[in-house]
Amino acid sequence: MDWTAARVTLELAGCTTLILFVIGLPLAYWAATTRRWWRVLVEASIALPILLPPTVLGFYLLLATGPHSPLGRSIERLTGELLPFSFGGILVGSVLYNLPFAVRPFTSAIAGIDRKLIEASWCLGISRLGTFRRVIFPLAWHGILTGLVLAFAHTVGEFGVVLMLGGDRPGITRTLSVSIYDSVQSLDYAAAGRTSLVLVLFAFAVLSATYALQRRVLPV
Amino acid sequence: MNAELVADFEKRYASGTIIRAAFSQPAEGFFSTVLFGPSGSGKTTVLRCLAGLERPDRGSIRMAAQTWLDADAGIHLRPQARGIGFLFQDYALFPHLTAERNISYSLGQIPRSERRARVKKLMEMLGIAGLEARYPHQLSAGQQQRVALARAVAPQPRLLLLDEPLSALDAPTRQQLRQDLRATLAELKTPVVVVTHDPLEAVSLADQAVVMSDGQIRQKGPTHEVFSRPADPSVARIVGVETIEPGKILEVRDGLARVQVGTVELLTIATTFSVGPVYICIRGEEVTLERGQPPHTSARNRLAARVIALHPEGATVRVNLDCGFPLTALVTRPAAEQLNLAAGEMVIALIKAPAIHLVPR
Repeated sequence: MDWTAARVTLELAGCTTLILFVIGLPLAYWAATTRRWWRVLVEASIALPILLPPTVLGFYLLLATGPHSPLGRSIERLTGELLPFSFGGILVGSVLYNLPFAVRPFTSAIAGIDRKLIEASWCLGISRLGTFRRVIFPLAWHGILTGLVLAFAHTVGEFGVVLMLGGDRPGITRTLSVSIYDSVQSLDYAAAGRTSLVLVLFAFAVLSATYALQRRVLPV
Repeated sequence: MNAELVADFEKRYASGTIIRAAFSQPAEGFFSTVLFGPSGSGKTTVLRCLAGLERPDRGSIRMAAQTWLDADAGIHLRPQARGIGFLFQDYALFPHLTAERNISYSLGQIPRSERRARVKKLMEMLGIAGLEARYPHQLSAGQQQRVALARAVAPQPRLLLLDEPLSALDAPTRQQLRQDLRATLAELKTPVVVVTHDPLEAVSLADQAVVMSDGQIRQKGPTHEVFSRPADPSVARIVGVETIEPGKILEVRDGLARVQVGTVELLTIATTFSVGPVYICIRGEEVTLERGQPPHTSARNRLAARVIALHPEGATVRVNLDCGFPLTALVTRPAAEQLNLAAGEMVIALIKAPAIHLVPR
């Protein structure tokens, strides 16, 4: 097995999960509590990657951050590197592509909390942030954890976006799924088989853990 | 001028429903206003507007010197900044926290020892000491109600808002807590606005009543006056209790109480009462009228009454009587005709003992 690819994969999945935790929670809180009608449009945009092939997202991101776009040039000036074919590039792609896998479980967990509990906390003088920390998070943690686990696992298995945006640079953008593709291209079926088996076992373990998590009920 | 809570606002919904409210009450010391009306009358919306959980489209709310709402100036104070205690209808206790942690939820800024002392004192005062470590699902409805009340008053709010505080309880518990609640509220010396659809709850808890239906205020004034002298038949139908008079329990024996009301004595059921002042509440349809010498009857209260006035209301007639205290009876139109009821005539009013409800005064 390609251990360098395994390290890149875990780094990518770890960073993606962390970023989704930070930006996904406020997004989910907003989606679960707002009464604005255009909430449905935001939710639909977040869910788009579930239906779209990863190549579509990869294609648009390549265009938007390539050397011919103003955004791409300013990123290059700022970081000294273009986004496509860098670790940052596959990270951005994988965050966007995994948004629904994190935000949807977050949202349903938060929406499942009785709104009166949140209002009771406000009436007791506790800020929105404090209420999130002391009421929403403790009551929604299993949904939040489910979202994080799914996002992590889905990033580990991601192929299309990574290949489109990252190319195949060993140690930088070559993940396990890309290395399987490489092995098959070079007719090394044994290596492809070993890596594939690892990913199958990993996915199975993660899904089992997720279902176990969803069955778990808080002492309510 | 004394500090007052002055509310005058309007909330519009996209569906076309409009809720309007205008009332005031003292903002210091114990004084309670009841928002009374059938479900869907908008009373809970008014309470939520006072809390800042809903934003009215027009009008203002002022609490003493502080402006909570001024729609014209775009001022809408957050619920957190209003210093209120809100008791939700189903109590909304935090399911992941023990009773003690629920009550101390808002007391994070206070030193630990003082916090503990305050929670302990509240739990003792409300009779829930010993339940500190229980989670909400391990408490009875009555205990949950008291934990929720303790949680609401723990930060020493300037105004207490109670949404149907007793409706989630079974009848015997409700009767017990109804008496306790008024005593507790008086002890806390906090102004209260309470929403209810239960007339006995309204009479026992509130100094001032605001009767609402269809989003509008129909009548407001001292509770006892609003309930015993509804301004019009629609209010009378809403309040449902035609006679409310102050009385005094003279004696309780075998579950029955002798109550002095005006110049007469009534016999009533007294399950949890002892000698002392009360209000008696009698619904108009519970009063039977007779002429002449009736045969033996099971009704314990037979009162000679003079007809003061008759108010026909559709199929029924509202009869104002003087039987030693003002009493209102509701009889059908044929019955009124058969009895030849007219102002000045003498009749006998019969009231069964269980039809006279007592509420603490």
